[in-house]
Amino acid sequence: MKRKEWTDKRYKTANREAWTGVALVIFNFIWWFGFAYGLGSKSPESYQYIFGFPAWFFFSCILGFVVMMLLTVFVVKFFFKDMSLEAEEE
Amino acid sequence: MNWEAVLPLFIFIAIIFMIGIWAGKFVSRSDSFLQEYFLGGRSLGGFILAMTLVTTYGSASSFLSGPGTAYNEGLGWVLLSMTQLATGYFVLMVLGKRFAIVTRKYKAVTIVDFLKERYQSKWVVILSAASILIFLFSAMSAQWIGGARLVQSLTGIPYFTALCIFSIAVLVYVVVGGFRAVAITDGIQGIIMFIGTLILLIAVIIAGGGVSQIMHDLSVENPNLITPFGADGSLTPAYVSSFWILVGVGVVALPQIAVRAMSYKNTKALHRGIIISTFVVGFIMLNMHLIGVFGRTVLPGIEIGDTVMPELAQAVLPGWVAGIVLAAPMAAIMTTVNSLLLMVSSTIVKDVYLNYIRPDANDKTIRKWSMGATALIGIIVVLMSLQPPDLIIWLNLFSMGGLEAAFIWPIILGLYWRRGTKHGAIASMLTGVLSYIIFETFYPQPFGMHSVVTSMLLALTAFVSGSLLYEKEAISS
Repeated sequence: MKRKEWTDKRYKTANREAWTGVALVIFNFIWWFGFAYGLGSKSPESYQYIFGFPAWFFFSCILGFVVMMLLTVFVVKFFFKDMSLEAEEE
Repeated sequence: MNWEAVLPLFIFIAIIFMIGIWAGKFVSRSDSFLQEYFLGGRSLGGFILAMTLVTTYGSASSFLSGPGTAYNEGLGWVLLSMTQLATGYFVLMVLGKRFAIVTRKYKAVTIVDFLKERYQSKWVVILSAASILIFLFSAMSAQWIGGARLVQSLTGIPYFTALCIFSIAVLVYVVVGGFRAVAITDGIQGIIMFIGTLILLIAVIIAGGGVSQIMHDLSVENPNLITPFGADGSLTPAYVSSFWILVGVGVVALPQIAVRAMSYKNTKALHRGIIISTFVVGFIMLNMHLIGVFGRTVLPGIEIGDTVMPELAQAVLPGWVAGIVLAAPMAAIMTTVNSLLLMVSSTIVKDVYLNYIRPDANDKTIRKWSMGATALIGIIVVLMSLQPPDLIIWLNLFSMGGLEAAFIWPIILGLYWRRGTKHGAIASMLTGVLSYIIFETFYPQPFGMHSVVTSMLLALTAFVSGSLLYEKEAISS
């Protein structure tokens, strides 16, 4: 195809980083879903509380946010590469 | 008039004016007007990139009606809102570097530009420009009305005057300053939203007697409020999970969001942007919706959801602090409106006028047309906000899901899948939008999920089969 739009050495890295995003979302979803419905489906009388919040909410939404934050920082710092984004001269 | 609330609001508008004029200098200095006006010269740093993404996305609907719904539904709605955490990292990671590289190769300034170069098809351009114009225009009108109503309710100024104040504030800086002004004001307003929600959350927790006390009060009133299932137990896991698509990953396909993924300077900006936007979006969403839930014990019996946040702020904060906090929803509306305005005007000027009407226009003409179109669209929206037509209100209901269903596959597969063709893209856009409108109207929540999920799957099938079928035909003939 024209202008070598499908062949570019940089795509290999870019594709891998895009898949990282997909992996993070899947992990995020499992964490969120697992804690929310795993712990939250009991009757409210038997809920445990952490810092005043019901345990399901604390783990799923609050800790989940912290974990995703740390994971994102980790992934970006250690797996994402700096590169030039400019189009090469034709 | 409530002067303590009005004063911070006006100071805030004055600051934004100055930014617009300052950014206008870049526009008049730049040697590539289009790149500068519609994309800020591809020079955004990480912080501004993150802020403009988060604020464009977190509109009035999430800032006023979000806490209002959380007030009525309890923690289940906060759980639902946290599906938006994904937007923070997903958009920038998935479109990511490849989108930045490809759009630079194409010299694309808008999403339609990108689609045009990728699919080389007039019909793709027409369909995508049409869906952007229809959906974003109605979304913008709805937000605009929200903005004016907010000024009205905060200050006691009549609706018409409030509308004029709001409109002039937005129009001036967008018309003069373009994308750069929009992005920088988004940065400042993002900070206001961040601090505003934090202050209000702390004040509400104190007023409610601490988190444990609030949770106890809620469970006494209705134990369902502290479960993930909503006040009457109607929030099913399948339904709530489908919001991962609508307000989580699907956001990648909103043109006003995707265009920001081509505006950053370099990979350092991208990396910082990913981290900051994840933090800011999670923080604001969590705080803002918790405010709604906690507010229920502090100020019970509020009937209209949208007024929960303003009423709480005025109840638990000293007047002038409330004024600053209430600049936050105002900021949320402005930041969404300004991006939509620029998006609509870029579609008209860049994608329609320059493509089909005057491809040979010189820089001066383009400049005149761009600013003129932005101003004109703004004025039309203002006039329509005086008495919003039903059609606009109806269309706005479909705007988010409709745009996502239309654009997700043409953008994502267009970027990563070589065999995708214009036939696939056209089929996918039509299937996505039409099936979404039909589902929402006649059969909401197929399989217990938000209709956007089914529409996207249909659109995917259409894209893949459209691309592959035609390919075969082309070979055999």
